[in-house]
Amino acid sequence: MSVNFGYTISLPRAVDLDRNDFSVALRVLRRLPELESCIGCGGCTATCTAGAFTEFNFRRVQTLVRRGEYGGAYREMNKCMLCGKCRLVCPRGINTRAVVMTIKRELGTGY
Amino acid sequence: MKRTSWQEYQKKVADDDYYYVRSCIRQNFFPGSEKAFLNIIGGDLGRSIYENPEHTTCTGIGYHSDIVPMETTMTVVARQFALLTESGRENLAVSCITSFGLYTEMLETWHEFPETEERTRRYLKEATGREFRKPKNVAHTSDIMFHHREEIARKVRHRLVNVKTGEPLRVVDHIGCHYAKLFPKVGIGGAEFPHVLAGMVEAWGGEVIDYPERRHCCGFGFRNYLVKANRGFSIANTHKKLESMAPFKPDFIITNCPGCPMFLDRWQYTIAEMEGTTYGQDGVGIPALTYEEVAGLVMGYDPWALGLQMHQVNVEPLLDKMGVKYDPAAKYLGLNGKYIGKPADTAVNINCGTQQVIRNL
Repeated sequence: MSVNFGYTISLPRAVDLDRNDFSVALRVLRRLPELESCIGCGGCTATCTAGAFTEFNFRRVQTLVRRGEYGGAYREMNKCMLCGKCRLVCPRGINTRAVVMTIKRELGTGY
Repeated sequence: MKRTSWQEYQKKVADDDYYYVRSCIRQNFFPGSEKAFLNIIGGDLGRSIYENPEHTTCTGIGYHSDIVPMETTMTVVARQFALLTESGRENLAVSCITSFGLYTEMLETWHEFPETEERTRRYLKEATGREFRKPKNVAHTSDIMFHHREEIARKVRHRLVNVKTGEPLRVVDHIGCHYAKLFPKVGIGGAEFPHVLAGMVEAWGGEVIDYPERRHCCGFGFRNYLVKANRGFSIANTHKKLESMAPFKPDFIITNCPGCPMFLDRWQYTIAEMEGTTYGQDGVGIPALTYEEVAGLVMGYDPWALGLQMHQVNVEPLLDKMGVKYDPAAKYLGLNGKYIGKPADTAVNINCGTQQVIRNL
């Protein structure tokens, strides 16, 4: 048993690309290679119906998934109602609804 | 580019006639260091150093913790300068990195906003009846040690070399944030490539390690540590540094700040007790020394007279590498020969032959 000093070592909030596991991200990108063309404009999030009522941020979640940060991604993507407004505004024509479904399928409910 | 760019940032360091101002906390953390500076610069090198018993805190800790307002700090700093003026000296030698940063900050503020200097002079006159002249030269004591490094090298007894292999010792230098990150022009080498400690290490035979988190904060940061709820952030910074330096297998860490040797030393103990990780060679911690202690060892001072028994990480492996003779039985005897007490064995000092050992406490 380690000693309890009343505090712990805070985890860094930086994304560590050297250590992250990219297996899920690579599977998502293999299915939807157009996601690579995302310029992060945030149009999807700005127009998001679910985002108007919850903290859901599509741009943030899919960007984190592509960087190997999967914690909470499934739960977040579950907030999406698949209305498809984001797809209408995406300047790159990315099939954003497919992104939501693919990330959920590849990650599984454990995230 | 890296190895030479420090030369663009140079400062003038006075050669003699120092007015020495102590740190509030160094005498508790590593009590032999300031005495070693006085002995080396004042005794061995024969320079004149004056200490004034009326000198007080610069308020740095309270100032950086948002407890002491800037006007108060300015007036206290002005009083220190008044004592300097009354002593007839002009070269301020500051032992503490934060004091050094604070004195520089106040001088720069007075330069940029002359009305603040006028107001401070009025406050000081009303409160104490004193007046002051600005110091001609403000140097941190590590600047002064750097200035005299070649002279010390000529008196060397133990070079920073492994006596068994003949290889130079591998040294991590850690510069206090308030040394040059506030005002790069006042530090030797500036903020990005401070050379003040690296210059000493190279002059005394060691090899400086460049590693990714070399310029990262040690984790002290005043409020990060003083508030217990924030200590997880403090130790996370030290953890990041240690993780980054460990693969380069340093023999020891050299520092020039009151807080840095404290935290780089004590947090190694805490990390070892929390999660069983040690970062030095042979499964023990990495000794973290002040530059005065290193200078003292190089010049042949007794390690226990330098206060090296006050370190949480044992320094004996380093002494053995340097070939420094020491009496293990005298480690916990004070200067008057009285037993000062021996700390319990800790995970950071137990050679377990692995870096991932959780002790069952």
